[in-house]
Amino acid sequence: MSKYAVNKFLFQVDRDPELLAAYKDDSAALVARWEEEYMPYLGAQGQRIERTTWLHLSDAERRALVEHDYVALFEMGAHYFLTLTIFIGLYEEDYTERSGALSFQREYAGKLGHWTGRDYPSVEC
Amino acid sequence: MATLSAVLATTHHPFFYKATELTPPDKQMPQAGEWKAKVESYRETLTAAEPELLVMVGSDHFHQFFHDNYPTFLIGKQPRYDATFYNEIREFSMPTYELEGHEELSGFMLQGLLDRGFDFSVSNELKIDHSIICPIITTRPEGDLPIVPIYTNIFAPPLPSAKRFYDLGRAIREIIDEYPSDRRIAAIGSGHLSLELGGPRMFGEHGPDPEWDVQAIEWLASGDIDAILENVTWESMVAAGNATPGFLDLVLMLGIAGPERAAYVDDLDLFHTREMYMTWYPNGDPRERAVETGAAVREEVTA
Repeated sequence: MSKYAVNKFLFQVDRDPELLAAYKDDSAALVARWEEEYMPYLGAQGQRIERTTWLHLSDAERRALVEHDYVALFEMGAHYFLTLTIFIGLYEEDYTERSGALSFQREYAGKLGHWTGRDYPSVEC
Repeated sequence: MATLSAVLATTHHPFFYKATELTPPDKQMPQAGEWKAKVESYRETLTAAEPELLVMVGSDHFHQFFHDNYPTFLIGKQPRYDATFYNEIREFSMPTYELEGHEELSGFMLQGLLDRGFDFSVSNELKIDHSIICPIITTRPEGDLPIVPIYTNIFAPPLPSAKRFYDLGRAIREIIDEYPSDRRIAAIGSGHLSLELGGPRMFGEHGPDPEWDVQAIEWLASGDIDAILENVTWESMVAAGNATPGFLDLVLMLGIAGPERAAYVDDLDLFHTREMYMTWYPNGDPRERAVETGAAVREEVTA
């Protein structure tokens, strides 16, 4: 598990409109670009000199990010706030236009319905 | 010495501004009018206290701080603060602010906290997020008072205990009471009752645990810190909703107020969450003084 790297992806992409648009447009390309250009640099604020050499995404984590699979991310213990915020950023406008206000958020909650009443996966990094 | 003229503990709802100010009246949610009226009544509890400086308590929602270096407790020490991040504007249509800081009180607070065993982080380049801007919008929308921002970690577990948050509030209270100044200071903190974000119980007709909310409001309103310390644990909070640990900042505010009954308590059951608006007056209720002064004037006129 490299939950920290997943959270770093969510944090860095959500706060940058250009990365967010690219993640919506071609998620596989953006995830590959992030692994090359963002993940290996120290910290989450985007500096480009100092490196962190050991961070990586597992295959399952990469797949969940590429497929916008927020259920899988929840089940891996990615942080709920980061996950919710970035997927609202990706989908809310389209869903609102098509199905009304909060329709995306309610679908999101519904897809996690099987977790109601259970202990959620820990978000501790 | 400074006067702590009011302590406010409130939930923060980032959609308030959009729901009541930016949405045309014919498209507003049915509760928009009631919500706005309750917020305006709450604002009067701060206005009546005539504050000149604000000590603000909130939590960065992964806007500036991240797991590479997440501070447990942090104070800002700056002449000015920018506020509102790009993704808050995107999601909530929140306004930006530039707020004055107060470096002298920030420094006095930091030293006082260190002296009391709270080893704070300090930032000289802190940007403020909606945990502080929401209560600015609801209680002081002019944004015209200098602030001293205090951030706590309620997001990245493991977290300090409810007792630690309460004790921190007690320490902040002592430091404000000792601040050598004739200024009137209000402390305003925002957090949550039961709340679910990114989980199966979010965005329902009510908050994830309405019974917990009623109980939590009663604990705070009656100043019952013993009941809080007995019942509020990481496990009990996340059982009520995965983002419920935001309640810890309200416990911190009770620490600033002390174990006293609140002077003003209001709430509003909304979709997704219950809102709470609570105020203590540690140095006397200015609204009573206003009534007494008014009565005296009326008596004079009658005589």
